[in-house]
Amino acid sequence: MELLDLVWLIPALPLAGFLLLVLGGRLLGEPGAGWLATAMMAGSFGATVAVFVGLLDRPEEERVFGQTLFEWMPIGGWDIDFGFYVDPLSVAMCLFITGVGTLIHLYSVGYMHGDVNFSKFFLYLNLFAFSMLMLVLGDNLLLTFLGWEGVGACSYFLISFWFTDPEKASAGKKAFVTNRIGDWGFMVAIFACLAALGSISYDEILSGAGSLSGTTATLIAACLFVGAIGKSAQFPLYVWLPDAMAGPTPVSALIHAATMVTSGVYLLTRVNPIIAEADTWIQPTIAWVGAGTALFAATIAVSQKDIKKVLAYSTVSQLGYMFLAVGVGAYVPAVFHMITHAFFKALLFLGSGSVIHGMHEEQDMTRMGGLRKYMPITAATFIVGWLAIAGVPPFSGFFSKDEILLYAWAENPALWVVGLVTALLTAFYMSRQVFLVFFGDERFTVDADHDAHTEVAAADEGDADTALDTEGAEAEALEHPDTAGAPQHDDVHVLHAAPHESPWTMTLPLVALAGLAIVGGAIQLPFTSDLHFLADWLHPVLGDNEAHIDVATGTKVGLAVVAVLAGLTGIAIAYAIYLRRMRDPIEPAILEEGWRYDRAITSFMGGPGRAGFEAASNFDRTVVDGAVNGVGALVRRSGGGLRGLQSGFVRNYALGIAGGAVLLLAYFLAQVTL
Amino acid sequence: MLAANLAFPLLTAAILVPLAGALLIALVPATRREVIRPLAVLFSATTGAFTLWMLGAFDRSDAGFQFATSHTWIEEFGIGWNLGVDGISLFLVVLTGVLFPLTFVAVTPKHDPKAYYAWLLMLQAGCIGAFSALDLFLFFIFFEIVLVPMYFLIGGWGYGQRVYAALKFFLFTMFGSALMLVGIVSLAFLDRDAALERSEVASEELAGLQESIDVREVSGVDVPQEEYDRLDELTASVEGADQLTFDLVEIAEGRAEALAADQAAIDAGEMEARDSWNPLDWEAAKWIFLAFALAFAVKVPLFPLHTWLPDAHTQAPTAGSVILAGVMLKLGTYGFVRFGLYLFPDASLFFAPVIATLGVIGIIYGAVVATMQKDIKRLVAYSSVAHLGFIALGTFAMTTQGIGGGVLQMVNHGISTGALFLLLGMLYERRHTYDIAAMSGLQKATPVLAGVFTLVMLSSIGLPGLNGFVGEFLVLAGAYLTLKWWAVVAAAGVILAALYLLWAYQRVFHGEPTEEDLATPDMRIGELAYMAPLLVLIVFLGVYPKPVLERIEPSVAALVSHIEGATDFEEPAAATSGFSGTTADDHGEGE
Repeated sequence: MELLDLVWLIPALPLAGFLLLVLGGRLLGEPGAGWLATAMMAGSFGATVAVFVGLLDRPEEERVFGQTLFEWMPIGGWDIDFGFYVDPLSVAMCLFITGVGTLIHLYSVGYMHGDVNFSKFFLYLNLFAFSMLMLVLGDNLLLTFLGWEGVGACSYFLISFWFTDPEKASAGKKAFVTNRIGDWGFMVAIFACLAALGSISYDEILSGAGSLSGTTATLIAACLFVGAIGKSAQFPLYVWLPDAMAGPTPVSALIHAATMVTSGVYLLTRVNPIIAEADTWIQPTIAWVGAGTALFAATIAVSQKDIKKVLAYSTVSQLGYMFLAVGVGAYVPAVFHMITHAFFKALLFLGSGSVIHGMHEEQDMTRMGGLRKYMPITAATFIVGWLAIAGVPPFSGFFSKDEILLYAWAENPALWVVGLVTALLTAFYMSRQVFLVFFGDERFTVDADHDAHTEVAAADEGDADTALDTEGAEAEALEHPDTAGAPQHDDVHVLHAAPHESPWTMTLPLVALAGLAIVGGAIQLPFTSDLHFLADWLHPVLGDNEAHIDVATGTKVGLAVVAVLAGLTGIAIAYAIYLRRMRDPIEPAILEEGWRYDRAITSFMGGPGRAGFEAASNFDRTVVDGAVNGVGALVRRSGGGLRGLQSGFVRNYALGIAGGAVLLLAYFLAQVTL
Repeated sequence: MLAANLAFPLLTAAILVPLAGALLIALVPATRREVIRPLAVLFSATTGAFTLWMLGAFDRSDAGFQFATSHTWIEEFGIGWNLGVDGISLFLVVLTGVLFPLTFVAVTPKHDPKAYYAWLLMLQAGCIGAFSALDLFLFFIFFEIVLVPMYFLIGGWGYGQRVYAALKFFLFTMFGSALMLVGIVSLAFLDRDAALERSEVASEELAGLQESIDVREVSGVDVPQEEYDRLDELTASVEGADQLTFDLVEIAEGRAEALAADQAAIDAGEMEARDSWNPLDWEAAKWIFLAFALAFAVKVPLFPLHTWLPDAHTQAPTAGSVILAGVMLKLGTYGFVRFGLYLFPDASLFFAPVIATLGVIGIIYGAVVATMQKDIKRLVAYSSVAHLGFIALGTFAMTTQGIGGGVLQMVNHGISTGALFLLLGMLYERRHTYDIAAMSGLQKATPVLAGVFTLVMLSSIGLPGLNGFVGEFLVLAGAYLTLKWWAVVAAAGVILAALYLLWAYQRVFHGEPTEEDLATPDMRIGELAYMAPLLVLIVFLGVYPKPVLERIEPSVAALVSHIEGATDFEEPAAATSGFSGTTADDHGEGE
C-alpha cells in the first residue's frame, strides 16, 4: 500500500460528513455538527497531503496515478468509470481546496452561531466539498461534470440558505439556471468527445487529442469554454455571481471566490492538449473574454457600496485575469493566480464577514468607517489581503498577477494594457473599500443605553436594511437616494451595540489566510528558474502547451515596475479621494448599476422572454388543445341528426369506435381473402 | 438456461394473480369492507414479488426472450398466449410490479375502495401483459384493456373536471389504437400472403425433389440424408404457409430475413432500392408503421397529441397520476421500441427524423409550457412531455446508447415522476390545493418534505449522481452519434428543466410563509417509509446503474444489429468500440 492509494479518502471524508449530518445533524446540533464537518475537511486535507507526498516521491514522468472504484455507465463500447485521476494539477487543486476549505469550515462554526439551521449549513458545506473534490479528481469528463453540477446544486442550496427572503431564493435559482446555460456547452463537448474518440477518460482523450480533427478539437474546446464561462462567471454569464452574495459570507468565500468559480480555469487547464489542437482563434477569444471581463467587472467594483458586492465584482475581475492567462497559453500563471487568489480573496471575504458580524449585519460601507479600532485582527488581516490583491510586492498577488501581465505582453501588448488598467482599478477599489471600512470617521453611532424595546426595534431596522442591501445596491440607490448617499454625507447610522471583534474561530482562519496571502508567492518566484516550483510541478501536465516567452530580463523588470506603479497609483488616488477628501468621489450611477447589463437581462426575461413563454402556453391551450376540442365540437354538431346516438356515455362512443374498426377490418379481410 | 428450467410460469402468474385479486375483491361482501385494502396489497405485492423473482433469475448474458410461455389461444387465427421478457421489457415489468403495491400502501381512496382497488389490480395485470406480450393481437388486447380501469379511476375518484378529462383520455387513446388494430390485422394477413408466395416457390422445389427421390428409392439408389432433411424442411414450410399468425417474433424475424435478402440484392446492384421489399411492399410497410406509430405517439405522448395528458394528470387521483406517469406512458415508448424498431426496421429508419423531431419539440415545448403553469400537477404533467421526448429521441437515434438510455429513462421517469406525484398527493392532503400561488415558504414548516421534494426534483432535473441524469445523458450522447443537431437542441432542454422546477419549488417552498403555511404538518414517518424505496433507487441508479445497464444492453445491441441486418443503417463505430488511439494503458492500476 502506498500513499497514493489513499486518494479515495479525499472526497470520501466530506461525503461521510455529509451523510452523518443528514442522519444525525439535528441531534449533534451546535456546535457539534460544525466540528464534525470541520474535522472531515481537515481529514481530507491530511489525505491530500499524503497523496501529495506520494506523488512527490515519484520521478516526474511517473506522476500520474489512476484509481478506478467501479464502472459507472458501461454500455456499448463506452466505459465510463467512477475513478480518480491523480496528477500534479489535481493534487495542487485539492491542496488548496481542502486547506482553504478547512479554514472556512472552522470560521463558519463561529459565523453561523445561533442559526436555526446550523447543522444543515454544514451538511451542505461538506456536500459542496465532496462535489468540488470530485470535480478535480474525477478521471473523466463526465465525473468532472458530476462534480461541476454538484457544486452548482450546493451553491444553489447555500445561496438560498435563508430561503424566507424571496431575493435570496431568487438569487439561488438564478445561479443554478445561468450555470446550466454553460453546462449545456459542457454536455455538447462531452458528446463530441465520445463521438470522436469513443471515450471521455482523461487518460485517453489527453493522449489522443492529437488524433482529433481540427474541427472537432475546436468544437470541444469552444463548448468547454462555454461551460467555463458559466461556472467561472465570465461575460456574458457572470450575472449570477454578484447576486450569489445573498448567501452566508463563508459560502461566498469558499464557493464564490476560492474554489467553485475557479473550476472553469481548472477545466481549460486540464484539457490543454485539446485546446492546442483547436483552431487558432480559440485562445485569443478566451484571452479577450477574460481581459474584457476583468476590466468590465473592475469598473463596476469601483462604485459598489455593499462590502460584499465590491468583492464579488472583484472576483469576476480576477477570474478574468485567469482566463486571460489561459488564453495566452500561460497555464502556470493561471493556476498560480488561482491559488494566490484563493488565499487573499477568501481572506477578504472572511474579513468582510467578520466586519458584517461585528457591525451587527450591516453591509453598507458608507455606514462604517474607523473600524480598525474595534476589530484590530480583522483590520490587520484585511489589510494584508488588500495589499496582496493590489499587487504590492512582496505579497502573493503581486507575483501571480505580474506573471500573467508578462505573458500577456509577450502575446499582445493590447491585452497587457487592458490588464494593467484593470490592475490600477483593482488597487483603487480595494483601497476605497479599506479606507471606507477601517479608516476615516465613524459613520455610525453606538447607542447601547436603549432599553430592550428600542434595541429590538433597532435590530429589526438593521435586518431590513441588510435585506435591502443584498437585493442590490442599485435598487436602494434609486428608491432611497438619500440613505445610500456618498460617504461625505452625514448619514449617521445607529447601532444598538458597539462593533466588536469576532471570536477566535473566525479570527484564527483570518490570521492563517493572511499568512498564506503574504508568502503564497513563494511557490513560483520569478527570480531564477530554480524558484519556478509550480511550473516544475505542473510540467508533466502541460508539457509543450505552456507558452514559452522570450522577453529580456530588463523588459521583465520594467513591466513589473510599471505594474507596481499602476497599483500604487490606484492606492494613491483612493487615498486622496476617500481619506483626504481632496475631491468628491466619482461614482456614476451607471457603474453602480453594473452598466445596467443585469437589469437589461432581467427586464428582457421578465418582459419579452416571459411573454414568449406565456404565448407558448396560450398556444398550447387555445390552438393545440383548441383543435382537439374543436374536432370534438364539430363531431357533436354535425352529429345533430344522429342525436339519438349522442348519449354522452363513453361506452357508446367506444362501441362506435370499435364498430368502425370492425368495419375497416371486414373491408380489409375481404380485400385479402377474396 | 435458468429461465427455461423454471417450471413455474412466472409471467402468466404475474398477470393472472392481480386479475384474480380484482375478481376476489369484487366478490367481497359490503359487510367485510375492511379486508379489501389488505387483499389488494397482498395480491399486488405477490405480483411484485413474482416480478422481482424474474429480476433475480434473469440471465443477463442472454439477449433473447426469457420466461417465455407459448400457448395456442385462437388456433384458427394463429393467436397465441405468447409472453416473454428481454432486457428491454424486464425493468418495465418490475416497475409495474413494484409501483402498484407502493401506491396501494401510500394512498387510500376517499370512497368506494372496492371498485377502486379492483380497477387498479386490473390495471396492473393489463400493464404487465402489455409489456410482456409477444403476440400482436394479445398485445393489442392488453394495450386496450388498460384504458378501461384508468378511465374509471379518473372519472370516479378524480377532481372537479374529471369527467371531461376521462373522456378526453379515453377517446384520444382509443382513436390511436383503433388504427393500430387495423395495422395489426393487415400486417398478419400480408405476412401470410408473403409466406404463401414463398411457399409456392418452395412447393415447386418440393415437387421436383420428391420426384427425384421417389425415382431413386424405387430404383434402389442411395439417397443422401441431406436431401431427406431438405425434403422435411420444404414440407414444413409449405404446410405452415397458409396458417395466419400474430406471433411477433415470427413476423419480425421473417420480415428482417426478407429485408436482409433485399438489402443484399440492393447492395449487389441487382435490385433498386425499396422496389419489392418482401414480405410487405414498402408502401404497405410505411402505412402500417404509421398506424402503430400513431397509437404509440398518443400514448407517449408526442407533440402535438399531448393535450390529454395535462388534463388526465390534473384530474386523476394521486394513484392514477402515479400509475399513469410511472407506467402507462411507457406503453407508448416501449411500443416504439418493440413494435416500431423491431417489427419495422425499414420504416422506423425512414421516419426516424420525423419522430425524433417531434421528440425534440416535446422536450423544448413541454418545458416552456410547464414553466408557465399555475397548477403544480399540470406542471409535472408537461414535464413528462419533455422527459418522454428524450426517450423518443434516443429510441429513434438507433444507437445502443440511445435506445438503452431510453429504456433506462423509462424506468427512471417512472421512479422520479411517480415519487413527485406521491409528494404532490401529500401536499394536497395537507392543503387541499394544487395551486402554486396558494403556498409559500413551506420549507420552514415542513423541512423533511422539502428535503425529499428537493431530492426528487433534482433527479427530475437530471443532476449527475441521481438516476435521471444517466438515462438523459446516454440518450443525448447516443443521439449525438446519428442525429447530431437534434441532440444539441435537446440538450438545451436541461436548462429549461432547471428553470421550471426550481421556479415552482421557489414559489411553494421558499419565501415568507403565511400562518396557514406554518400550520402545514411535516412528513410523517409512515410517509417517509413508503417514499424511502424510491429515494434509495434515485440515488442508487444514479451512482451505480451498471446492474440495470448490463441487463438492458444485450437485448438492445441485438435490436441494433437486427436493424443493421435489415436495412442499410450502420451504427457509428464510436458507439461500439472505445478509444482506438495510440495510448498505452500504462498507468491504469498504479503499481
